[in-house]
Amino acid sequence: MNRKTTTPLWKNKKVIPIILQAAFLVVLILLAVFFISNASRGLQKIGIKLGFDFLNSTAGFSIDDRLIDYTPSDNFGRALLVGLFNTLKVGLVGIVISGILGLFIGIGRLSSNWLVKKITGGYVEIIRNTPLLIQIFILYFAVFLPFPHIERNINFKNIIFFSNRGTAIPWFTANQSSGIWLIFLLIGLAAAVVFWKVMLKKQVESGKSMHPMLWSLGVVLIAVIAAYAVTSSPPVQLSLPEINKLAFKGGYVLSSEFASILCGLFIYHSAFIAEIVRAGIMAVPKGQIEATKALGMKKGATMRLVILPQAFRVIIPSVTSQFLNLFKNSTLAIAVGYTDLFSIGNTIINQTGQSIQIMILMASIYLIVSLVISFLMNCFNNYYKLVER
Amino acid sequence: MSFLQQKSKIIDWMKKNLFGSWINAIITCLFAIIIIFIAKAVLKFIFVTAKWDVIPANLKILMVGQYTASEVWRVWLSLSVAVFLLGVLWGVKRGVIKTVSFTIVAIFAIILLLPFTSIATKIWAAVQILLTFAGFWMGNKFSFVKRYHLAGWLISVPVILILLNGVGNMKDVNSNLWGGFLLTVLIAVVDIVFSFPLGILLALGRRSKLVVVRWFSIIYIEVIRGVPLITVLFAAQLLLPLFLGNGLELNNVLRVMIGFTLFNAAYVAETVRGGMQIIPQGQYEAAQALGLNYVQRMTFVIMPQALRSVVPALVGSVIEVFKDTSLVAIVSLMDLLGIAKRVVANPQFLGRQMEVFLFVAAIFFVICTVMSKISKHMEISSSYGKN
Repeated sequence: MNRKTTTPLWKNKKVIPIILQAAFLVVLILLAVFFISNASRGLQKIGIKLGFDFLNSTAGFSIDDRLIDYTPSDNFGRALLVGLFNTLKVGLVGIVISGILGLFIGIGRLSSNWLVKKITGGYVEIIRNTPLLIQIFILYFAVFLPFPHIERNINFKNIIFFSNRGTAIPWFTANQSSGIWLIFLLIGLAAAVVFWKVMLKKQVESGKSMHPMLWSLGVVLIAVIAAYAVTSSPPVQLSLPEINKLAFKGGYVLSSEFASILCGLFIYHSAFIAEIVRAGIMAVPKGQIEATKALGMKKGATMRLVILPQAFRVIIPSVTSQFLNLFKNSTLAIAVGYTDLFSIGNTIINQTGQSIQIMILMASIYLIVSLVISFLMNCFNNYYKLVER
Repeated sequence: MSFLQQKSKIIDWMKKNLFGSWINAIITCLFAIIIIFIAKAVLKFIFVTAKWDVIPANLKILMVGQYTASEVWRVWLSLSVAVFLLGVLWGVKRGVIKTVSFTIVAIFAIILLLPFTSIATKIWAAVQILLTFAGFWMGNKFSFVKRYHLAGWLISVPVILILLNGVGNMKDVNSNLWGGFLLTVLIAVVDIVFSFPLGILLALGRRSKLVVVRWFSIIYIEVIRGVPLITVLFAAQLLLPLFLGNGLELNNVLRVMIGFTLFNAAYVAETVRGGMQIIPQGQYEAAQALGLNYVQRMTFVIMPQALRSVVPALVGSVIEVFKDTSLVAIVSLMDLLGIAKRVVANPQFLGRQMEVFLFVAAIFFVICTVMSKISKHMEISSSYGKN
């Protein structure tokens, strides 16, 4: 008798996955249908239409902190753009400051100086173990807002002003010769790099000290003199803040909201970056440091040329995620009323009720910027990656 | 003689650690000046300028929010359950739990000794201390307690939730009234308890051979990790009612808890995936060779190993979750920080922002420091096993 053994359907290795996936898909689709039908019914009831047309209607609210022109008669799309620029501003400035501060604090934690080690350690412990939002609240409600009224401002030798309207710091303003200065400086810097490379090569080949650093500094100096000779004016004007009719004039005014969200972000994340830097430096094998000592390298040069380049390989992936966290945490600006992308989005939701579209818009913008940041950091990572020979 | 020896020892130490070179000496002086200035300002604030009476005046509202005053004993009772279980854990496991227990006992001792706490509070604090030691004794003594103490934790969560909400003859305290530190802890606990299994499922999904499941998990994890927590919380507040329709009414607290859980699950998934990746392929193959099916392979072979290796990382993420709970203040929930904001807005306590927020920060600091000590300890003890 020729009995063909067939595997039953529920034990067939080829069929089961298909059934499982189909079941999963069906569940997903059912859920989606349930959600969407509910949402559309709810929206119909309150009379809100889907679509992004509302972005063209007049916003009607004013935004004090802005980088691009905006008036209340502009539309919602423009308001969101203002918010996006504000978010990018606080995010980018925060990333730069927290990166630099974190690097130094991380190095400080490994310092041979006992006091430096303890102070940086205490900083990291305190900051890391308290929530960012509380730090921002302390900065905003207990530091920046209680500053006196602008008439009775606290000022530091008439250079930096603190008031509840904001903090004014000296800033530079461009004049008509700034462009020429920029061109000269760029040429000078490029030449300096070339000189440095050439002289360093000569130094390595001949074994004699050729002073590459002095050469390149000299080239930059020549460029500066040349630029001054051509334009006969300094590159930028220093503009000191002053008070004029209860408002700051000149200088650069950091609003209390911006100052507290920025300080909060870089203080918090620099502590995390410091820990990452410390771990990265400690991951460099001890033999490397002993080798530099045997070669007679100076301490600074050891750090700059041997330890940090190797530590960066370990540090960069983790620091990337910290930068991304900082960028995402910039949404906490809404808690102190700084008009970043998210808080403007929230205002628009309150005005129009278009919550679904705004939420989708927000999520996709934050996703895109996150992807861009991680792409840039990946490029940086590739640059520092171990070159296998 | 010995004094002189000690003195020269100190000088030697200072020479080595503070004034090793002239650059070092300058740095030391600079930092010393900065730290003296900061310390002076901080001490002056804490002991002279600050008016701390705002804290005792609002202690009840900071701790439990609008929770009905006559029913606060239920909060204490829930705390007792948790503290007792912790004591049992201490008796069974020893090690780092001892430090945790002592910290908790110390906190209750401080509450007991503070001058402004009420008699009822003092009695409850004493009960907590006694229960911790009773738990220790039981965990140490009885073997059946040793065997089943983990089940106690699992049961305690619903028991505590029911107790807080009220059951039977007890007065109903709606979760809208829960607030302050109580709400902070509840959101954190619910989030951790529910996001953990969800995260494991997502991690399994991401490493699954089923294409649809895998892509769903990848997209879910990456999208959630790419957007800020605040967006998810706002979406939970604004969109959840819309999507669920009229059939399901959820209050604010529940919505935020759902948002938190969905958010954190993605992060747990990535941590667990990291643990699964370091398990050698041989383990999978061996389990398969023994004839175990997928569920058995994962529950008895892969997950126990994977989870053990990521426990320190998971504790670290618990710290993050706990700190993140402060964000619910933005969606106008009355958690510890939300209440603090309200206290500050009270005209009766004008200008006491620093005091109130520092108090809140101190609570977070103590809890997070204890947890990070646990995490560090676990990291060290798990690395012993590897050598």
